[in-house]
Amino acid sequence: MDPATPGCADVTAPSVPNPPPRPLGTDEPRFVRWLLIAIALGFLTLFLFVPLLFVFFEALKKGIGVYLAAITDPDAVDAIKLTLLTALISVPLNLVFGVAAAWSIAKFNFRGKNVLTTLIDLPFSVSPVIAGLIFVLLFGLQGWFGPWLREHDVKIIFAVPGIVLATVFVTFPFVARELIPLMQAQGTEQEEAATVLGANGWQTFWRITLPNIKWGLLYGVILCNARAMGEFGAVSVVSGHIRGSTNTLPLQAEILYNEYQFSAAFAVASLLALLALVTLALKLVVERNTHSRQSSLEQVP
Amino acid sequence: MPGSRATRTGVLRASNRVLPGFGLSLGYTLVYLSLIVLIPLSAAFIKTAQLSWLQFFAVVTAPRVMASYRLTFGASFGAALINTVFGLLVAWVLVRYRFPGRRLVDALVDLPFALPTAVAGIALAGLFSANGWFGSLLVPLGIKVAFTPLGVLVALTFIGLPFVVRTVQPVLEELPRELEEAAATLGASRMEIFRRVVFPIVLPSLLTGFALAFARAIGEYGSVIFIAGNMPMVSEITPLLIITKLEQYDYAGATAIAVVMLVVSFMLLLAINALQAWTRRRQGALT
Repeated sequence: MDPATPGCADVTAPSVPNPPPRPLGTDEPRFVRWLLIAIALGFLTLFLFVPLLFVFFEALKKGIGVYLAAITDPDAVDAIKLTLLTALISVPLNLVFGVAAAWSIAKFNFRGKNVLTTLIDLPFSVSPVIAGLIFVLLFGLQGWFGPWLREHDVKIIFAVPGIVLATVFVTFPFVARELIPLMQAQGTEQEEAATVLGANGWQTFWRITLPNIKWGLLYGVILCNARAMGEFGAVSVVSGHIRGSTNTLPLQAEILYNEYQFSAAFAVASLLALLALVTLALKLVVERNTHSRQSSLEQVP
Repeated sequence: MPGSRATRTGVLRASNRVLPGFGLSLGYTLVYLSLIVLIPLSAAFIKTAQLSWLQFFAVVTAPRVMASYRLTFGASFGAALINTVFGLLVAWVLVRYRFPGRRLVDALVDLPFALPTAVAGIALAGLFSANGWFGSLLVPLGIKVAFTPLGVLVALTFIGLPFVVRTVQPVLEELPRELEEAAATLGASRMEIFRRVVFPIVLPSLLTGFALAFARAIGEYGSVIFIAGNMPMVSEITPLLIITKLEQYDYAGATAIAVVMLVVSFMLLLAINALQAWTRRRQGALT
């Protein structure tokens, strides 16, 4: 990267008094560079940037008034509330789990640790549709607990608890998988020093571990939240699509789209696209902070 | 490091005895993992066990189901392949070249991870429909994307896009330039250097990215159903077929297909773990 590094040229200099002027094979000709950049950007434009623009274009096509009416529609407001509620329950649950899992896996040695780490990643390799299906098998009318739930008048499937459960499942690994490698890299010396000096477990965690992992934790929470608010497949299976009661924002967008209310569908979708952009921006901030941290650590010999 | 002193202690017994909280944190992890993931997932297998082998086989090899596998796996493979080629190119351009807006482009590569799949689905369906921005250009040429298997390919390419870029990018960043300089001083051309120095180093991460994109694509639902048209035997993906069976109260049928998908996914997960270990070994050998 650094333009002023003629290091290897100096080494070979004595035997070759006048090195030939042709460029070393370490860089592409100018036109190849620009061609590759053009192809890469063309691909990204077609597949990423245009679809993103299209969401906002369609949402605002009929004017700001129609847009505002669509997102303040009572059904849309109910969907926003349910989406926020779902994230508000599932993110903290997976946050606590992620910290507990990372503490046990990164700070201690025990048999079966690799198996446990793989099992934590399982929900990522399960289709969202199957994530919904398994909760229908457990709590649906024909499910294991179906008859018992009906006797006690508890509704999980086609109700809010089912939506929360499915969301917790699909967002399960996010915080844990950020924290485990981070805490493994940090080792245990600092915590051990604190403990030897007389700190109890909570003091050690709050004053030593948490400040060390806070950016990684935030990163995991941001990704977890984005998925929790945007999950579609799993939630779709367990929701029952009851307007104003079990529709999250993605489901509301689907219903409006299928009813050919395109402007309203894209207006609701634009809220989720905004969420995605905010998520990416926050991610960038966190990455910038962790990178500067890492490089300052690397400078210490 | 005292943590690595004794690895051969009993099952679930910590060898690091200085720090507190081992029992509590591991216990909580195991209980929560069982309640949220393991027990619900086992429900799928137990439910399927109610079918005899013959019944199971009949359900998961029915013509409509087989057609959905062909579409799901075929389109996932094609999309992962497209993303392997363009992912490598995008990663190369982002790591090696400097151009205006590079940081913004780099950040936006993650968009398919952050954008809810339903939003991607309706955006792509709208773009490729006969009067959409892309559709109005392609349909007169006789290329129909929306409501055809080609639409499935487009949607799966969108959602798999970041995987290859994000697995190859760090490997390219860590690649010592000295290797390329050495090959150049030995007389290799730029193409030879790429083929015989850069590519072998990048290969494990490229395969990992391919496998990740493929694994994600076979389970994908939200981004596909709007653009696919969902015609049985033609443009119906397997996850949608599971939902269709569920809506007809055919729980056993839905679950049997789900079990096939789960087994494939678990095998892919193991393959990905092996590929990631290979990537780390390659990386370790370089530094």
